[in-house]
Amino acid sequence: MAEAARQPLVAVRGLKMYFPITAGLLRRRVGDVKAVDDVSFDIRAGETLGLVGESGCGKSTCGRAILRLYDITAGSIRIDGDEIARMGQTALRRLRPKMQMVFQDPQASLNPRMTVAGIIGEPLAEHTPMTQAERLERIYGLMDAVGLNRNFANRYPHEFSGGQRQRIGIARALALNPKFIVCDEPIAALDVSIQAQVVNLLEELQARFGLTYLFISHDLSMVRHIATRVAVMYLGRIVEIADRDALYSAPLHPYTQALLSAVPEPDPDYEGQRRRIILTGDVPSPARPPEGCRFSTRCPTVLDICRRVAPELSTRGGDRAVACHLHPATAQQTAGRTGGPMAAVWEPAGQIQQGEHR
Amino acid sequence: MPDGAAPVLAVSGLKTVFRTRGGEVHAVNDVGFRLRPGELLGVVGESGSGKSVTMMSLLGLLPSPPAEVRAGEVIFDGRNLLTMPPEELRAVRGGGIGFIFQDPMTSLNPVFNVGFQITEPLRRHLGMDRARAEARAAELLDLVGIPDARRRLKDYPHQFSGGMRQRVMIAIALACDPKVLIADEPTTALDVTIQAQILELVRDLRQKLGMAIIWITHDLGVIAGIADRVMVMYGGQVVEEAPVKALFADPRHPYTRALLRTIPHVRGPRAARLRVIEGQPPILRAAPSACPFRARCAHAMPRCAAENPALRAVGSGHAIACFWDAPAAAEAAHG
Ligand SMILES: Nc1ncnc2c1ncn2[C@@H]1O[C@H](COP(=O)(O)OP(=O)(O)OP(=O)(O)O)[C@@H](O)[C@H]1O
Ligand SMILES: Nc1ncnc2c1ncn2[C@@H]1O[C@H](COP(=O)(O)OP(=O)(O)OP(=O)(O)O)[C@@H](O)[C@H]1O
Ligand SMILES: [Mg+2]
Ligand SMILES: [Mg+2]
Repeated sequence: MAEAARQPLVAVRGLKMYFPITAGLLRRRVGDVKAVDDVSFDIRAGETLGLVGESGCGKSTCGRAILRLYDITAGSIRIDGDEIARMGQTALRRLRPKMQMVFQDPQASLNPRMTVAGIIGEPLAEHTPMTQAERLERIYGLMDAVGLNRNFANRYPHEFSGGQRQRIGIARALALNPKFIVCDEPIAALDVSIQAQVVNLLEELQARFGLTYLFISHDLSMVRHIATRVAVMYLGRIVEIADRDALYSAPLHPYTQALLSAVPEPDPDYEGQRRRIILTGDVPSPARPPEGCRFSTRCPTVLDICRRVAPELSTRGGDRAVACHLHPATAQQTAGRTGGPMAAVWEPAGQIQQGEHR
Repeated sequence: MPDGAAPVLAVSGLKTVFRTRGGEVHAVNDVGFRLRPGELLGVVGESGSGKSVTMMSLLGLLPSPPAEVRAGEVIFDGRNLLTMPPEELRAVRGGGIGFIFQDPMTSLNPVFNVGFQITEPLRRHLGMDRARAEARAAELLDLVGIPDARRRLKDYPHQFSGGMRQRVMIAIALACDPKVLIADEPTTALDVTIQAQILELVRDLRQKLGMAIIWITHDLGVIAGIADRVMVMYGGQVVEEAPVKALFADPRHPYTRALLRTIPHVRGPRAARLRVIEGQPPILRAAPSACPFRARCAHAMPRCAAENPALRAVGSGHAIACFWDAPAAAEAAHG
């Protein structure tokens, strides 16, 4: 039983997503934005992997790439037994009901000419044989679930507040009972009570249907609440991945430490006297990442070697992996390059091909 | 901030109604507040409670129809923005008053590159030439922490991450050194380190330029860190207003008290299940004649259904719109 539960639903190996930088009238390619640059991780069935990190570090790109909303540059993505890294759009379409996304920018992702009922019902109409009456019943049920008043079913997106729009996107993603949902900042625009309501809902659905989530968020207190494990990204790479409790009680990577020290707390007295680790130095550009460790230009505990050699993401026993020279792994703990953090669980079949974007 | 200082912005009796196919929506009901120079007023409240519509109304940014600003006065620099001719109001927006919208993707124009969108107000309001405006634009992008600022001026909004777009909006709002900055959820898409950097920048600008700021957010941690005063909205109304310390130490309105109990923490024990405020927010089909929170309130009494409570003072600079008398802070610690 424990074995089945540990089976990864999602296994990502060596994922790269580069966006071309072009110049001149002919739009010649002069470089790449390496938004996601060699990322590997597993998400086990029924768990929630939190993905956190600085703005622009590649979280959304990673989430979208995993669902193949992009043609990825390189890597392997296996979801529920299907290798989808190079799958064509027709084949992908059949798999779509299983995997859904809640988008970061709610307004931009909702069709302004459709009513709320139309937006939530669209995937139902496309992928299920439901009658109109059944569909409406389901739409109402979903609206109740995300705390949207049923009376609003015939309104258009622009008639809603920011937080209400975000809930429309969540209801739509839930419509087909997916197995795996990438939630990209699903609660950022919501007030804390509705955040709590949505998070409780996501947790209930998970308990009931065994849903698996990739939960992208900059809200570290909410990630602490919802995630089973947490991956920390910096400039296109994962720098630390660990069990929630381990990560929050003893962060190992200096970037994780800085991140946790900066969380604002709802307490004016504490806010007045707290000590943050303030990172200095400019955030490097993903078009020209620094040599060696990508965090070396801002790391408060940088060593000489950090500026020359990129540290591998390697395990520290149990479910924890860190990419930092300050925490050297013992030889037998080092995970293989293509194996990634949870190498023992699944090895990619065959060679990972280098592919061109677009 | 001395209490006596003349406000830079004084809003009173603001009422905004949307006329929709399904009838009227009374989104903002009799909202008033004053903003003093250099002050940071935090605005919190339920999703849909009218925070954005309030700010859009006072800047004349709501399309009419369907929106209708039915009453109110918004005094900035001695003049009423609600009765000002449109072209003068345009000069105030982005000039004397900077604003940052909640939805950065839709408020940035997808067909112009980001450099154009930042230089445009610099050229229009400050009369800079192109080269100077571009240099200043790169400086602003750098200030909000966007790497490789010069090169990125040529990029279009879709080429930026969510948080970067939000920072572009911040850069545009700050471009002309406004007297008042209205920021609607300006850091929701930012991670904590960059958020801390932006908050630092804002503190700096307040000190250097005496800029006054209205900061709408759901993040009570941010409010605790930067606000001087806080205004709490529910159902299109201001239900509580207080200095920041009083609000957290001694919240008096049942909605505020419920709100503060729902927050998860990074410190301390982790809750098994998050608390929520049970029930649904009101649908505002008509101007409220009763307390909008009563259906969800543990302290509701018959009077709450008969009358809409007006704001009343309960402490220094502290007012609530509620008939119930909350016990003092010490007794209420677990209430
Ligand atoms: N164009 C419109 N037509 C009809 N109703 C509208 C329109 N725009 C906003 N509303 C309604 O007005 C109310 C207030 O919306 P507003 O955007 O001010 O909320 P908010 O407090 O900013 O919420 P959030 O925290 O979710 O951003 C909401 O109930 C919303 O549905
Ligand atoms: N379509 C695109 N074309 C070019 N560059 C892009 C594109 N999409 C994203 N990028 C770049 O890739 C990098 C990562 O962006 P991404 O949206 O994944 O960041 P993020 O971690 O989600 O940030 P945020 O927390 O701000 O949402 C950024 O430097 C961004 O500018
Ligand atoms: Mg993102
Ligand atoms: Mg809003």
